[in-house]
Amino acid sequence: MYVSVKGGEAAIEASRAVLADTRRGDRALPQIAVAQIAEQLGLAVDRVIGEASLYDRELAALAIKQAQGDLQEAAFLLRAFRSTLPRFCASLPIDTTRMTLARRICATHKDLPGGQILGPTYDYTHRLLEFGLLADEEPPPAPQADPPVAAELPRATAALEAEGLLRREPDDNSPPPDLTREPLSFPAPRALRLQALARGDEGFVLAMGYSTQRGYGNTHPFAAEIRYGTVTVEIVPEELGFPVEIGDIAVTECQMVNQFRGSKTEPPQFTRGYGLVFGHAERRAMGMALVDRALQARELGEDVVAPVQDEEFVLSHADHVEASGFVQHLKLPHYVDFQSELELIRTLRAEARNQADTLREAAE
Amino acid sequence: MTVQSYTFAYLDEQTKREIRRALLKALAIPGHQIPFASREMPLARGWGTSGLQVTAAVLGRGDVLKVIDQGADDTTNAVSIRQFFARVAGVRTTTRTEEATIIQTRHRIPEMPLRRGQIMVYQVPQPEPLWRLEPSRAETRRLHALAEYGIMHVKLYEDIARHGRITLAYDYPVLVHGRYVMSPSPIPAFDNPKLHRSAAIHLFGAGREKRIYAVPPHTDVVPLAFEDHPFRPWKADAACMLCGATESYLDEILVDDHGTRRYLCSDTDFCERRHTSRQAQ
Repeated sequence: MYVSVKGGEAAIEASRAVLADTRRGDRALPQIAVAQIAEQLGLAVDRVIGEASLYDRELAALAIKQAQGDLQEAAFLLRAFRSTLPRFCASLPIDTTRMTLARRICATHKDLPGGQILGPTYDYTHRLLEFGLLADEEPPPAPQADPPVAAELPRATAALEAEGLLRREPDDNSPPPDLTREPLSFPAPRALRLQALARGDEGFVLAMGYSTQRGYGNTHPFAAEIRYGTVTVEIVPEELGFPVEIGDIAVTECQMVNQFRGSKTEPPQFTRGYGLVFGHAERRAMGMALVDRALQARELGEDVVAPVQDEEFVLSHADHVEASGFVQHLKLPHYVDFQSELELIRTLRAEARNQADTLREAAE
Repeated sequence: MTVQSYTFAYLDEQTKREIRRALLKALAIPGHQIPFASREMPLARGWGTSGLQVTAAVLGRGDVLKVIDQGADDTTNAVSIRQFFARVAGVRTTTRTEEATIIQTRHRIPEMPLRRGQIMVYQVPQPEPLWRLEPSRAETRRLHALAEYGIMHVKLYEDIARHGRITLAYDYPVLVHGRYVMSPSPIPAFDNPKLHRSAAIHLFGAGREKRIYAVPPHTDVVPLAFEDHPFRPWKADAACMLCGATESYLDEILVDDHGTRRYLCSDTDFCERRHTSRQAQ
């Protein structure tokens, strides 16, 4: 008679086993190796390390395998792992002018020092399915650049900065706060906003950036430069007192320049929206740069009229680990609260019915 | 990488210390929300990540842990959290309220009165009691600082004007130590009186919203109400079909396709023991 609505350890254990079996799929096929994911699903790995704020390609690939390719779930797995890691030091700021470039494009100048480097991109592919991949066709070897790309290439915005046309970024020399060690509070300094955007959900950041292009907080953007490549990370160990290289990471940097008509305190000039993310992730970097510029509304004295300019709205809802968890927590039992609501609504309905009856009797 | 490579209770020691500092501050300012840098846990946000972090921060090897969700020890999420701590901390777990030194809960306070030395850890989805009235947390922070709770009183007044009564059935706001309006978490209003001058420590964690707050022992916790419309908790007017209790909080279950309703204690530990002792008689 009584149908149990409660779980129980055995049911949970069985659910986990079914999940593992489903993830394995057809056992006649070989398992995907984590190394294959890291090598051949590199852009998925890039998204996961970005949203997890943890640069570990092998563990990201493992997370992707474990999550059956659900990249949000994979980023969540990696973030949860990140919580167990002690922090032993902060690196020096990376220098993206010294990036070993794989790609660098500029949409504001036809030519510029260093030139345009297309590198690996889907931009110029025709979006036609390549049926050869069905048969595991090997691609021809890639051509090598000749001569090699310069070791140090100024950013495309350097000329604008030199001419004073691009707003100087204020720097009060305060150490940047760490979003993963201090809670977000408002008003949020730009460093904190950029951190939140860099790890925010790619879809959300993209959509918020997109909204600026459709009239909700217009920022008149130009993609001054997008560059992708590897940079060296250095730390200064306390006992040594000088910088030591600890490795290279791949990053994508986007600089948008945006028209600014000037304010009471500032002359007309270009302003900058900035995006910097782990791995090769141009869509994310560009969305981030658009949103970064929109969120400078308060500092630049612009009217805050669109959702993308409202930092509390944008930053509180950008994180998919939080959003996904909270939306899906509705699957958890809520019958205690629902019971109280049931009692309440039954009482209110009974009272409304009594009132209607009394009125009808009075009318008769 | 194996489970053994995680530290005791999962979080690194720095993080646990940081959470304990927030907890001490919260206990020193009852009902005041303390921001903390909530970590991602191996549990989805909104599923008790705050409870995990608070429990991890206060848990010692000698503790006995009870985990309930909707009052029950055997709901899926309670099972999952209990297993988690058994795995990463190796602590003893129990379903018996009086044996537990730490009780992590979602949406209920056990029926059995809590005693000195017990710690309740609440999973809180929305720590801000004013959020439905003012979505900006920057603004609600200001309202708390000024003890400016007019909007909440107006909301309760409007309820009475429109429906003849306050229409809050759970997550019913309380005034703590005469100063801060606080969300007791989505416990039914029925449970609110259990917080008032309780001998136990009550710790509230909101992981996704990154807030911790607390009610120390023997603190006044008073549901908001008006003199002519006093606080009224809701409860089904029925008896438990298993143990016959009429004084405990009951869950309604549908037993057939004709809408026949039966009632069961939401507190499974309370119910089981009454049930067993009745059968023994």
